[in-house]
Amino acid sequence: MSQIVLSKDTASPPDPRDLNAWKGVWVISEPAQGEFPAVTAELLSKGRELSDRLGVDLACVLLGHGLPEDQIQDAVSRGADRVLVLDHPELADFRDQVYGDVIAALARLDRPEIILAPSTTTGRAYIPRVATMLETGLTADCMGLDINENNVLVQTRPTFGGNLMAGIVCPAHRPQMATVRPHVLKPLPEDRSRKGSITRYEPGQDLLSSGIRVLESIHEEIQGPDICQSDVVVTIGRGVESEEYVNMAQELASLLGGCIGATRPVVDAGWASENFQIGQTGVTISPKLYIGLGVSGAIHHTVGIRASEIIVAVNKDPNAPIFDMATYGIVGDVKQILPLLIKSIKERRC
Amino acid sequence: MNIIVCIKQVPDTEAIKFDSEKGILIREGVGAIINPPDLHAIEAALTLKDSLGARITAVTMGPPQAEQALRDAISLGVDDVVLLSDRAFAGADTLATTYVLAKAIKKIGSFDLVICGKQAVDGDTAQVGPGLAARLNVPSVTCVSEIGPNVSEGLLQLTRMTDNGRDLLELRLPALITVHPSLNDPRVPSLRGKMRAKKTTVPVWGLEDLGADPERTGLKGSPTRVKSTWIPSFEARREILSGSPEEQVGTLMERLKEAGVI
Ligand SMILES: Cc1cc2nc3c(=O)[nH]c(=O)nc-3n(C[C@H](O)[C@H](O)[C@H](O)COP(=O)(O)OP(=O)(O)OC[C@H]3O[C@@H](n4cnc5c(N)ncnc54)[C@H](O)[C@@H]3O)c2cc1C
Ligand SMILES: Nc1ncnc2c1ncn2[C@@H]1O[C@H](COP(=O)(O)O)[C@@H](O)[C@H]1O
Repeated sequence: MSQIVLSKDTASPPDPRDLNAWKGVWVISEPAQGEFPAVTAELLSKGRELSDRLGVDLACVLLGHGLPEDQIQDAVSRGADRVLVLDHPELADFRDQVYGDVIAALARLDRPEIILAPSTTTGRAYIPRVATMLETGLTADCMGLDINENNVLVQTRPTFGGNLMAGIVCPAHRPQMATVRPHVLKPLPEDRSRKGSITRYEPGQDLLSSGIRVLESIHEEIQGPDICQSDVVVTIGRGVESEEYVNMAQELASLLGGCIGATRPVVDAGWASENFQIGQTGVTISPKLYIGLGVSGAIHHTVGIRASEIIVAVNKDPNAPIFDMATYGIVGDVKQILPLLIKSIKERRC
Repeated sequence: MNIIVCIKQVPDTEAIKFDSEKGILIREGVGAIINPPDLHAIEAALTLKDSLGARITAVTMGPPQAEQALRDAISLGVDDVVLLSDRAFAGADTLATTYVLAKAIKKIGSFDLVICGKQAVDGDTAQVGPGLAARLNVPSVTCVSEIGPNVSEGLLQLTRMTDNGRDLLELRLPALITVHPSLNDPRVPSLRGKMRAKKTTVPVWGLEDLGADPERTGLKGSPTRVKSTWIPSFEARREILSGSPEEQVGTLMERLKEAGVI
């Protein structure tokens, strides 16, 4: 099969302000060796929705080395009309500069109006390079994406203050670029009957040089419980004022067969590990039961818990925003309520 | 070795300290501080200086009061500082920020390594480091959790954190890295450093000093715009449980049992 060779000057850089020069939606896949990455399927479902609204194509960009043919079919089954494949030995290891240069060169050639990419450690490392080279805007960690009446992408994320959501647009530059964290969007079911086109590209040598050499990649299993899979999450907020009550929250979580979660200040204070941080900067969870202890309910946090079936909040401030979304609210002191919760669960057991 | 550290001043809204003696959290008044992840960037530079010898320049783009962040950096052991401040820089998104930072770094002259924090805790984009590297056309490595064991003027061995483990790699300089807070424990300011911080005049560079294009800085140079803000609404399903603490917990248990979650 013929391949299109990409290089730094394959395409003269299109003007980011010439809105008509850019068309179509792209989803950049998370680089992965084996199975089709879940986050790519999630992004493709949103990409499908946006491209249908705009009446344009959805392309999925796959890059790496030795990409399984299955992944190409999966991209189509999950919603892509076109699959743009970059498979090259020099792309086997993730090197920020190389990935950035290659994707920027492809974007200059293909000229999508929207680029969605995963906000994973890898995505966060090179997607900003791409946006900078294309001289356009990039919104990190979007919670929502929509098309407005002017066909502009509206990207939703909490504002810096924490109690408002903001709609962010990139009205006069193309492409409009956004990253989204894993588990924030829902994938479309697989449809193996979908048909799509495949185009293969070969990155030229000028795109492959970089001062980075990966000596070894070490895979480590996550230690401890996986908060994203847990049915019950007992979340420690700053209102859990001492380590004694942190331990009690831990006990409550174990009694309920779940695990603990934490707000950012609690993680920053070293009371819980980073893996347990819920929200904008942490994970998104969808347990059957979320219990927030001394959690105020800042939007940075609550964006991560919205999909929970039942939300219980314990907070001594009746005006805490968490009560607006709690299924059941207890206005009270954690120091009093938490021991009672443990006691009544234990009594229930015997 | 010439090292440039990019630091940002942020509001100290998350002011939180842990009193290990009493085992409690302490909250303090809101001030402005060096973005906490950037303290690890400064520490990384100081550690390299200790082993290889280096001249460290700390750079920040911000309002005039961001000068304080640079003084704090001096008290920690940074050699030179530059404040990038101009009305024309205000309202910058990450694209306009990296434009100004790159202009400043070019004006400073040659560099071997640029170090940034993992992210700024106010905006939390983690975009400035990699974006700046693209402007400087150098390789970048993010989330660095270990530097070494081999370090030399031209080459660093590094460990970076990935989503499912870590990578060991070699980075040829000049380059840019962003550091993960687990890399090091930032030192405290020395008395000598504090004295020097007091006496230093902080150089301020504006639009003209950098020869920057006003169309590419600040709000004007920012492709992204906040269009609207709102409070998300939820279906009214809330029930505030009443009664004594015992009664509240009792009702909750009933509700959870009815729902089949316990
Ligand atoms: C860019 C950015 C990204 C962020 N990302 C995240 C994120 O991913 N996740 C996250 O959690 N945060 C995040 N934050 C921080 C977020 O904005 C809030 O500051 C944080 O969620 C608040 O945590 P909290 O509810 O534990 O603390 P606080 O807001 O301090 O709330 C503590 C609550 O406990 C109550 N309380 C105090 N004592 C007691 C007691 N004895 N009994 C009962 N109640 C008590 C108080 O009434 C208060 O409502 C981010 C912030 C920024 C700027
Ligand atoms: N205004 C600024 N001046 C200097 N450095 C900055 C500035 N903004 C961000 N940085 C650097 O870029 C890193 C990431 O910031 P951000 O992309 O805003 O999350 C920070 O940790 C700093 O090292």
